[in-house]
Amino acid sequence: MNPTELANQASATAERALALAAQARMMAESAAPAVAQAAGHAEPFLLLLTIFLLACFVGYHVVWNVTPALHSPLMGVTNAISSVIVVGAILATGLGDSIAAKVFGFLAMTLASVNIFGGFLVTRRMLAMFKKKG
Amino acid sequence: MAQTFSTLAYIVASVLFILALRGLSHPETSRRGNLYGMVGMGIAILATLFHAGMGVGGLGLIIAGLAIGGGIGAYLANRIQMTALPQLVAAFHSLVGMAAVLVAAAAFYNPESFGIGHPGNIHAGSLVEMSLGLAIGAITFSGSVIAFAKLQALMSGAPITFKGQHYLNLGLGILLLVLVISFVATGSAVLFWLIAILAFALGFLLIIPIGGADMPVVVSMLNSYSGWAAAGIGFTLGNLLLIVTGALVGASGAILSYIMCKGMNRSIVNVLLGGFGSDAGVASAAGGDGGPARPVKSGSPEDAAYIMKNAGKIIIVPGYGMAVAQAQQVLREMGDLLKKEGAEVSYAIHPVAGRMPGHMNVLLAEANVPYDEVHELEEINPEFAEADVAFVIGANDVTNPAAKTDKSSAIYGMPILDVERAKTVFFIKRGMASGYAGVENELFFRDNTMMLFGDAKKVTQQIVQALQH
Repeated sequence: MNPTELANQASATAERALALAAQARMMAESAAPAVAQAAGHAEPFLLLLTIFLLACFVGYHVVWNVTPALHSPLMGVTNAISSVIVVGAILATGLGDSIAAKVFGFLAMTLASVNIFGGFLVTRRMLAMFKKKG
Repeated sequence: MAQTFSTLAYIVASVLFILALRGLSHPETSRRGNLYGMVGMGIAILATLFHAGMGVGGLGLIIAGLAIGGGIGAYLANRIQMTALPQLVAAFHSLVGMAAVLVAAAAFYNPESFGIGHPGNIHAGSLVEMSLGLAIGAITFSGSVIAFAKLQALMSGAPITFKGQHYLNLGLGILLLVLVISFVATGSAVLFWLIAILAFALGFLLIIPIGGADMPVVVSMLNSYSGWAAAGIGFTLGNLLLIVTGALVGASGAILSYIMCKGMNRSIVNVLLGGFGSDAGVASAAGGDGGPARPVKSGSPEDAAYIMKNAGKIIIVPGYGMAVAQAQQVLREMGDLLKKEGAEVSYAIHPVAGRMPGHMNVLLAEANVPYDEVHELEEINPEFAEADVAFVIGANDVTNPAAKTDKSSAIYGMPILDVERAKTVFFIKRGMASGYAGVENELFFRDNTMMLFGDAKKVTQQIVQALQH
């Protein structure tokens, strides 16, 4: 199998994974009203669990297509996006009405921000170095 | 309405994050991928900021945190040396772990902000999810701190083992589970912090028995943990974006760990139990005293330069030793000179070379080696048979032919680079000490091997000088 074939195949697989993800999301969304009807506390959890499992599959397919040469930048990017936990920190800082919540939120906010900027910028630095021959 | 808006924004951000990972399937698309990631993060932050009921004081704090953290992050990212990348990544993982712990604490003391109940009366389901996010976050934090200390040489990289270690960890694991169950039943603050402390201890104990060359697995595994921690917090807060991202990151780290284990022909359990290579000191001491028992051929950098000048095809095999000696720049100069002499030069990278996945590729890229000259193991292994010269710099165990033939060897079955098939093998090494696995390298005693004793950078510099004459 030559590299272009491999690349084509890889991008086709990724495309499929994306289509699957979109489908899954649509399915999850169409399931949402039914879930809401059933009400209670357990059902939203099942919906979130479904999203989680589907995202695991999407991650599995997308990551297998990452070229081994870029495994370090992959760690950089995943590190940066995992600091999306900043969303929780923002809510805690902005909506919290106890001192404790605000302090915890602010600290989390600061740590996650180090990661967001550090992660994306160091990845950009790495990727800028990958050049072709000539 | 505001709810729908932020959910939509989160969906867009999740798709952008998936695209960011997808971009990494090729160097050409990777830079755009990284940009998608940044845009996704920006959207997620803005959408959350527009959340109803955010006070001015709160906004001020948020912006202050963003500015302080962002400034530190940007400074580190721009200043860090590429050889120190593994410890930077380990440090970043620890921050995600700690952020997860802090967000869990904030949610525990102020559950109204996230709509999961009232203080002292949080839904049981949310308590389960909260304790999971908290425990995984805490393990990620302390584990990454240890990984950082080992990589930064603040503590010995050698595995630390003691009797009954695994039983202790098992006991602590069970205790953690008991604490989680009673925390869910009572919602007590004391139990919340006990879980945190126990998980910190567990993270510390899980990583200390894992040593130097197993670091790529540790770093990937902690990458995975930081994802699961984020997902755990996502469940607590009922946040779709955190769950999707956590799953993506968790899956990514798990796959990288798997690839690293396969590269060493070891099971993940075997790596996690640790202690591998702890007898390396004994083995090298036994062989080191009376000088090598078996004859090896050693040569001068000038010999190597002469032979390579006349070679048609040269394959360079870099390992962690190249990074330690900072020899990548001068190695590329050598490659350029050899190309001018008409040789075909390429680079062979073993999956576990270096201290994190893909570490060697980044170092070579930094030294301006074009990525299309750098090849993975499966891709390049058939080419060694046609090569005139294999130039091994800073690698050892990954070239040992004993992995293919000697069933009693500690590294038997590990996929290796077939350097011994090349007409001539140059092996840069400080002395005759064995590699990380404590196994003597068969390659040293082959007829077609010439040892170049000395510091990787100095020897390569001398070769470059000889080539220029």
